[in-house]
Amino acid sequence: MPVPPDFVATLPATGHAGAVKGFVFNIMRFSLHDGPGIRTTVFLKGCPLRCWWCHNPEGQHMEPEVSWFAERCIRCGDCVRACPHGALLLDEGVLRDADRCQQCGACVDACPAGAHQLAGRWMTVPEVMDEVLKDRVFFEESGGGVTISGGEPLMQGQFVEELLAGCRERRIHIAVETSGFAAADVLRRIRANVDLFLYDVKVMDSERHRDAAGAGNERILRNLEMLARLGRTVIVRVPVVPGVNDDCENLDAMGAFLSPLGLPRIDLLPYHRIGGGKYERLGRPSRMDKVEPPSAEHMESIAARLRQCGFSVQIGG
Amino acid sequence: MNERISRLRQETLETKPWLSIERAQLLTEFYQQDKTISVPIRRARALAYLMEHKEIAIGRDELIVGERGPAPKGSPTFPELCCHTLDDFEILDTREKISYSVDDRARQIQRDEVIPYWGSRSMRDLIFAEMTPEWKNAYEAGIFTEFMEQRAPGHTVLGDVIYGKGLVDLKAEIDAALLKLDFFNDTEASARRDELRAMAIAADAVIRFAERHAEKAEELARAKASPNRRAELERIAAVCRHVPAHAPRNFWEALQAYWFVHLGVVTELNTWDSFCPGRFDQHLFPFYRKGMEEGELTRNQAKELLECLWVKFNNQPAPPKVGVTAAESGTYTDFANINSGGLRRDGSDGVNDVTYLILEVIDEMHLLQPSSNLQLSAKNPDAFLRRGLEIVREGWGQPSIFNADMVVEELLRQGKSVEDARCGGISGCVETGAFGREAYILTGYFNLPKVLEITLNNGVDPRTGRKIGIETGDPRSFSSYEELFAAFRRQLHWFVDIKVRGNNVIERMYADFMPAPFLSLFVEDCIAKGRDYNDGGPRYNSTYIMGVAPASCTDSLAAIKFHVYDRQAVSMGQVLEALAGNFEGNEKLRLLLWNRSPKFGNDDEYADGILREMFDAFFEEIEGRPNTKGGRYHVNYLSTTCHVYFGSMTGATPDGRRAWEPLADGVSPVQGADRNGPTAVIRSAARLDHARTGGTLLNQKFTPQLLADDAGLDRVAHLVRSYFRLGGHHIQFNVVTAATLRAAQAEPEKYRDLIVRVAGYSDYFCDLTRALQDEIIARTEHEAFASAAAVTAAV
Repeated sequence: MPVPPDFVATLPATGHAGAVKGFVFNIMRFSLHDGPGIRTTVFLKGCPLRCWWCHNPEGQHMEPEVSWFAERCIRCGDCVRACPHGALLLDEGVLRDADRCQQCGACVDACPAGAHQLAGRWMTVPEVMDEVLKDRVFFEESGGGVTISGGEPLMQGQFVEELLAGCRERRIHIAVETSGFAAADVLRRIRANVDLFLYDVKVMDSERHRDAAGAGNERILRNLEMLARLGRTVIVRVPVVPGVNDDCENLDAMGAFLSPLGLPRIDLLPYHRIGGGKYERLGRPSRMDKVEPPSAEHMESIAARLRQCGFSVQIGG
Repeated sequence: MNERISRLRQETLETKPWLSIERAQLLTEFYQQDKTISVPIRRARALAYLMEHKEIAIGRDELIVGERGPAPKGSPTFPELCCHTLDDFEILDTREKISYSVDDRARQIQRDEVIPYWGSRSMRDLIFAEMTPEWKNAYEAGIFTEFMEQRAPGHTVLGDVIYGKGLVDLKAEIDAALLKLDFFNDTEASARRDELRAMAIAADAVIRFAERHAEKAEELARAKASPNRRAELERIAAVCRHVPAHAPRNFWEALQAYWFVHLGVVTELNTWDSFCPGRFDQHLFPFYRKGMEEGELTRNQAKELLECLWVKFNNQPAPPKVGVTAAESGTYTDFANINSGGLRRDGSDGVNDVTYLILEVIDEMHLLQPSSNLQLSAKNPDAFLRRGLEIVREGWGQPSIFNADMVVEELLRQGKSVEDARCGGISGCVETGAFGREAYILTGYFNLPKVLEITLNNGVDPRTGRKIGIETGDPRSFSSYEELFAAFRRQLHWFVDIKVRGNNVIERMYADFMPAPFLSLFVEDCIAKGRDYNDGGPRYNSTYIMGVAPASCTDSLAAIKFHVYDRQAVSMGQVLEALAGNFEGNEKLRLLLWNRSPKFGNDDEYADGILREMFDAFFEEIEGRPNTKGGRYHVNYLSTTCHVYFGSMTGATPDGRRAWEPLADGVSPVQGADRNGPTAVIRSAARLDHARTGGTLLNQKFTPQLLADDAGLDRVAHLVRSYFRLGGHHIQFNVVTAATLRAAQAEPEKYRDLIVRVAGYSDYFCDLTRALQDEIIARTEHEAFASAAAVTAAV
């Protein structure tokens, strides 16, 4: 697995000259677990971290990627014939030569069965706003809104900034879900237009963090301190991954770090394998089948431990 | 639920429906003896004969009394409407689903007495004899159905007349109306006189029926040892001596008065669709409050009485059909649908204490009948909606939820007064009406995708090879989508003309041969006008044709427009060839049409725009045509189970559906075509102009997880409120997992109690046909994040 260098990548905010564009891999409506109410979550593609348990692997890379759904394939071979790079081979399924594939999406257009799906599309702010505004009445009735997630959305700082301004103007509640692995000035610029940060904290020891996520955590913790100092509303989200961060030492360190920040709420997100099939569809290796999800009792005991430190802890987002 | 109710509930659940020959035999006896010339008077005398001679049943624990048949679950037949053959009886007795046991005595009486008299003179026979070859072709091809070939015009719901007046008071009004008749200037004065006299006879018939119950109760009281039961029976007798002759004075009498009126209406004729008390919570509230204030009624007593009534509803399976339809599994449901909440006459919030009491009764009784719904206005409290959703969460399909404010808007658009509109609601499945003041007759379902199929085949039905439509041109020669749509419109016009012509003939036949003088007593203006319910007596008279599968038709048009005309990647010839062969050897094209075309239900303007265009075409064809009773035609969109039958008559469609599979239900998206979640479905469905319909039906299925906690319940409440803010008419939820349903298919005996929402009503899952079961399983399940992660819809 390629490990990105330990610096904060802020990508150019546009795919093309001119209007600011964002690189989006999904816009999910009726999203119920990323902030209050009924929400639309905009998933931005590209992430500087490489957590092996990531359940949105199609959100990691900053280029378009094709997934192939074996169960939909009827083996008609149209994709093989359509591929301009000779990257596909019809076997029992469709085999993709990763070196030849340019992720151009010709196979996606050719497939009658919808077995090839392309993740990653450059969209303007008005294009995304059009999608988001569709469910405005649901936001208003439910106290919901828009969540910007990823990947790591803050890699696309300028786009996010403009998207937030668009939502703010229309009085739409905004949550930003971030790993915190971002340039401090991006956070500073956007913070006033964000109603709620959903902020991932994974591992407290930086070396262990680097092993698990591909980068150290100093910047993440510094940014969190800054948001707390500036009085922003933050819910800390901890993905609980057995063997990675569910040990007492890590949990106690987490409690000790968060307590003085005055961030009372922690959501524990138990590691799950729902995203496991996605690696296969992308043609990437996955470690998910090697690790069992944490038991309900284990989750409860972790929650209890953090509650003792005075946090309001809930299991699930 | 107390012990009495628990016993009564158990009995009604355990008693198997059976066919009672009593009514058919008595009616035949009467018609052989009585040769009264006046049709309405003869009909009223027939009712009097039935009410005088039918068996009186009072069960051992009952507080509310009266059965439609001689005993619980005994369903009468109506040979004057349609006369069962002995083969029909055999099928009813032996068919796997929705069977009615038929004993030898019933068969013998049917053979020796009923068939010889009614065999060729039932309404069904008279109707078919009058229909044109064009009508029969379209009917047999599955273009439309005809409600009145099996049953009388129904679909009325009671207003508040019976809570303020007894039959004696109504008879006084009849006398006054008789005195006002103008034999100098009114050419119809004599007809009005006969109709009014008939109403008076019908009123006496049901007063007598109540008295016979009083006599029976007194007789049982004398024979009974237990002092408690004796006191109850004496009370029952006193109640039956007072109502429905006089206006009810308390809660108990109000319920019993309603029930006698109900039995009178459904014994007079088979008004299969949904006779019911309408806004029961509002009608009962004054009695409830008075009883509580005077210390004569407790909440528990009121609940017990309501629950006794619920058992009564459930004791009356719908009368079985005849002919080819006897073999199909119908339903035991008689479509009584209790409305709760909504608005009051003055426009204020209609939710009261009885509303919550009724919801509790629905929750506890968990019975198929009566069906129930919430009339949800923006003015109603959220607590009301949440209480309803707590019942929805249990997953047996009740109650469904209606937009009371939209119901008012629909009625106002049709010209009702604002007070009459506010007192309205829905009946049957989703049908809007002005309760107690309107006859709104549903005449049949109309198969929209089939009309497209005929268009694509230039007037020929490919299933039979018969030419049943008009020649609108070979679609291969159409150079634009607009040309195709224009051809569809001409074909639509042809078939709507055939349907309306047939309707108007049938409407007169019911007006002339099959009046309903007892029902006419309770629908306002019938007495004042001296006209029958079936002949324009009510204040409002509407006729409906129900559009079926707008989503299937839309998706089919969208697929052709997109692939043939916009992208020009597929030719019309290729599409037609694939359809003709039911996509055999053409799976690639089928998948392309199914997966890669715009679909209704995804908040996609391309498809939704086509739906609106089709909606407008259907509306313009039907809306405002005059019926024969001084009223107008309107459209609504519901399919009950007809989308399965219509599907079985419709070949492969351009949306990628294979031949004979079910079509889309109500205004729901095609099963499995909605892939952007419930908010997208709601936005698409809301693009329809519901105000220009008399009801639409939107089905949504949720797995139990979504509703498991309070937050989930809130989310669903927000979906409902949002849909209604956007102008939707109705939404209902099936809360079950597909896994549960499959398990029920595999081992039906373990899931007999599994009730699911079918269309506008709920039914036992195991009683449904395999095709309908499969269709319900196929309806898209909406789950929040978990399933979305598994099936990522990339943008």
